[in-house]
Amino acid sequence: MDKPLTGDLLPDGSVLDLAAYERVGGYEALRKVLKEMTPADVLKEVTDSRLRGRGGAGFPTGQKWSFVPMGDNAPTPKYLVANADEMEPGTFKDRLILEGNPHLLIEGMILSAYTIQATQGYIFLRWAYKLAAERITRALAEAYDKGYLGKNILGSGYSFELHLHTSAGRYMCGEETGLLNALEGKRANPRAKPPFPQVSGLFGKPTIVQNVETLCNVAPILRNGAQWYLGLSRSEDGGTKLYGVSGKVRRPGVWELPLGTTIREILERRARGMREGYKFRGLLPGGASTDFLVEDHLDVKMDYGSVQAAGSRLGTGLMVVLDDQTSVVGMVLNLERFFAQESCGWCTPCRDGLPWTARILQGLLEGRGRPGDLERLEMQTRMMGPGNTFCALAPGAMEPLQSALKYFREDFEKLINTRSDAA
Amino acid sequence: MLTQDERNRIRAEAAHYDHPQAACVEALKIVQEHHRWVSDEHLKEIAALLDMSPEALDSVATFYNLIFRKPVGENVILLCDSVSCWIMGYEGIRAHLKEHLGVELGETTSDGKFTLLPMACLGTCDRGPAMMVGNELYRNLDNDKVDEILARYRHPSGA
Repeated sequence: MDKPLTGDLLPDGSVLDLAAYERVGGYEALRKVLKEMTPADVLKEVTDSRLRGRGGAGFPTGQKWSFVPMGDNAPTPKYLVANADEMEPGTFKDRLILEGNPHLLIEGMILSAYTIQATQGYIFLRWAYKLAAERITRALAEAYDKGYLGKNILGSGYSFELHLHTSAGRYMCGEETGLLNALEGKRANPRAKPPFPQVSGLFGKPTIVQNVETLCNVAPILRNGAQWYLGLSRSEDGGTKLYGVSGKVRRPGVWELPLGTTIREILERRARGMREGYKFRGLLPGGASTDFLVEDHLDVKMDYGSVQAAGSRLGTGLMVVLDDQTSVVGMVLNLERFFAQESCGWCTPCRDGLPWTARILQGLLEGRGRPGDLERLEMQTRMMGPGNTFCALAPGAMEPLQSALKYFREDFEKLINTRSDAA
Repeated sequence: MLTQDERNRIRAEAAHYDHPQAACVEALKIVQEHHRWVSDEHLKEIAALLDMSPEALDSVATFYNLIFRKPVGENVILLCDSVSCWIMGYEGIRAHLKEHLGVELGETTSDGKFTLLPMACLGTCDRGPAMMVGNELYRNLDNDKVDEILARYRHPSGA
């Protein structure tokens, strides 16, 4: 099977330099596009490939790009930003490409920028990825030297400047509009939408923010065509997906598989099932901010539509497995503490609701559970549900909680102290 | 006072953006690289270089987990406390580190060698528990491995 994202990675974990990347067809797509295709042609090819965002929200990429104002009257400069602030707990996929094949990202960014006629780009990298920062820096220098970046790329008349921005550690920077504020040197609070970044983003100019994995699909799509890309998938949407598993499984890791591979195949064939002595209870399919799925869902296909139909979200596609010896309530408390800490504090439901939620959960674990606590937790899931907050942080935080209350209710109930002298 | 080198590097970063303020996180990190933390004096100097008020810069500095506005030790230990590492034994590693170093989370050892901080997901969840010491990432931790790593930082020459 073709693996456009990881097929060329070196087995020893070292990085493909420019020459190595070119030997496996790197920058062929860029040469072809700049010579033969208009931005509208590229947009059509990417739209036809049914590539959807790999960062969590799953928005169709071609459609996102189509909102950017084009033509001579469009505001300038336009920006393209790679969201490499991978910080969703349980997620470790972008690191693999950033460390192993940064040119795949860079070529994808030049092609994407060409499509929306952006002239300036940033790679927004999380602080912790030190090795990636080193390797991206070197790759950018190589690309500039070779004339793939900078003014008049390969004599095409098109120019694109690309710069690495390393952040200083805050989950909110991964949120699209929070990231834009961070890039402007402000606190990474989210912005009200509309206007959407495609129209008014970085410094008030049209901006596309796209996850690393998404951008890394663009060069392979343009090299091989939309039909090839659709053929890689076992789902209605195109391509492969980076899937991963962490928790008490035999072989945790990350693998590139056809989009729409079942949970069972990933869990049993790739991660080799549960470790000796541990039983499977459930999993978060795509990072900390997705609803739990359980045994009944093992044959669900890991694609956007199927996971949603099962009551959760594909999210980042990296699963966190809950075993029978890990406390469900403890795990949910860990998640809610993370979200409470990383909340930017901009809107009230999130700033106050998340610490409140964490306190109730902590009370349960410390033997202070009171009748009504589960109802209070359920109220939080409604108060912080979609539409009540500025951004998706709090609604995302409620997903593991609401589903844990549904599937593992007895774990919560047995922590409620019903004796009257305890009240 | 910021050194000439720090000033030059900050100006070079600012040149990558249409507005100098956009380089402020990079600037804070450049200063932190030299001094381990960002003092009020340095904050004011950076703000002046980037055409910001010190208050605006401080609001950004305090937003980030990894800009330190208080002195830290020679080596900052960032112990991942997010969900996968928690499942894989974070609490045991935390207890061991606290006992070994004789500090609570957020504190610096009396010899100034280590500061122990909890950190959100380090993005290496298939090999937890994980921590960083300075710029180095360490994974699949157990108590013995932690002792071995700390010894290396205590006696860098291997003595």
